[in-house]
Amino acid sequence: MQQNWTVRTITRATLPLLLVLTVFELVGSGLVLGSVAETFLNAPSLLVLVPVTIGTAGSLGSVLAARLSTAVHLGTVSFAPDDEALVGNGVATVALAATVFPGVGLGAWVTAALTTGRTTLSPLRVVLVATVAGLVLAVLAVAVTLVATYVAYVRGLDPDDVVIPVVTNTCDVLGVLVLVAVADVLAT
Amino acid sequence: MVDAIGRFTGVVLTDWGTIKGRGRVQSRMTVRDVAASAYRQALPALSASVVGGLFAGAVLGGMQSDLETVTGLLVFMPAYIATRGNVYGSLGARLATGLHQGLLEPRVDLESARLRGAVAAALANGVLISAFAAAATYVLLVALGSDPTNLWAFLAIATLAGLLSGIALAVTVVTVVVVGFRRGLDPDTFVGPLVTTTGDFVGLAFLYLSVRVVELVVGGL
Repeated sequence: MQQNWTVRTITRATLPLLLVLTVFELVGSGLVLGSVAETFLNAPSLLVLVPVTIGTAGSLGSVLAARLSTAVHLGTVSFAPDDEALVGNGVATVALAATVFPGVGLGAWVTAALTTGRTTLSPLRVVLVATVAGLVLAVLAVAVTLVATYVAYVRGLDPDDVVIPVVTNTCDVLGVLVLVAVADVLAT
Repeated sequence: MVDAIGRFTGVVLTDWGTIKGRGRVQSRMTVRDVAASAYRQALPALSASVVGGLFAGAVLGGMQSDLETVTGLLVFMPAYIATRGNVYGSLGARLATGLHQGLLEPRVDLESARLRGAVAAALANGVLISAFAAAATYVLLVALGSDPTNLWAFLAIATLAGLLSGIALAVTVVTVVVVGFRRGLDPDTFVGPLVTTTGDFVGLAFLYLSVRVVELVVGGL
């Protein structure tokens, strides 16, 4: 594992991945968001939900990824389906999502009402959109984190360089996709 | 070393139950214990992340008219805020691991070549990726047949926003990770949410500012 922290070594380790992830973000989230720009620009609550949802989904994934990465560095994790560390952290992630996402929805509605002075959706509907999107995202975040950490571990890559970016970006892209899909079903 | 390892071992035991390969037998924590501990440790940071996200949302809501006039800004936005998270999240994780492993002293020491290298790399990569994202957005939109805002203005906005938000985030991450570690917190549990919270808000706020500045300099977009 890399111990030599210089601009050159860190850039060499991270830049190629960052470039790939940026293109992935642009195509996966940017263009998808651009294609529904009309809907989101016309419903301020949904526009406010975009950064909160992707941020919260990314946070859920990154806490899990950071904990698993450190565990890999320390050799305290086994990738068995009954590993207490894996299952416990997965369960905690879903429980955290169930706790915070209703608040995310209500907060987004209030923020939209306060900052733009107009809301096109009812608060209950925004809470529903956020909660459903959040639970779907938590399950996806756990799956993505486990796979990414396992692949990094098996290939001998430093999970700090690889897992966090992969997990956060996948959660970002999934955040936009899931939010767009859920909003399409529940808010139009 | 002994001190660092001793403190470290304490943290890990609470979190993960067993230390393997250290020749000591420990009783394992149950799934329920691990879940409850992870939940308790992450909830405050995650709640803060939600509040920060709402501030970011408020900035984005306030940018509604810019998003309509600067074509491509909405497409660029997710990649741009993701870059903040990527680069400075990776910086935070690197610092956290460095502290855990004893590679870094738990203080803000600008004499430390490791710390300087990590921060300089984050800033350089952050600005580079931000500009790359703007150029790629432009190319993608032209390829798809839409008519995005002037490439140079777009690049100027992205570079300026990348640099200003980068400086703010590097200072925040280094300070909070070091201070948190010194107070006995495990940076792994809060560095991710910290970066997403401040990253999205700081990123969007500086994006908004940069749009304004470039608009002023070139006289309308």
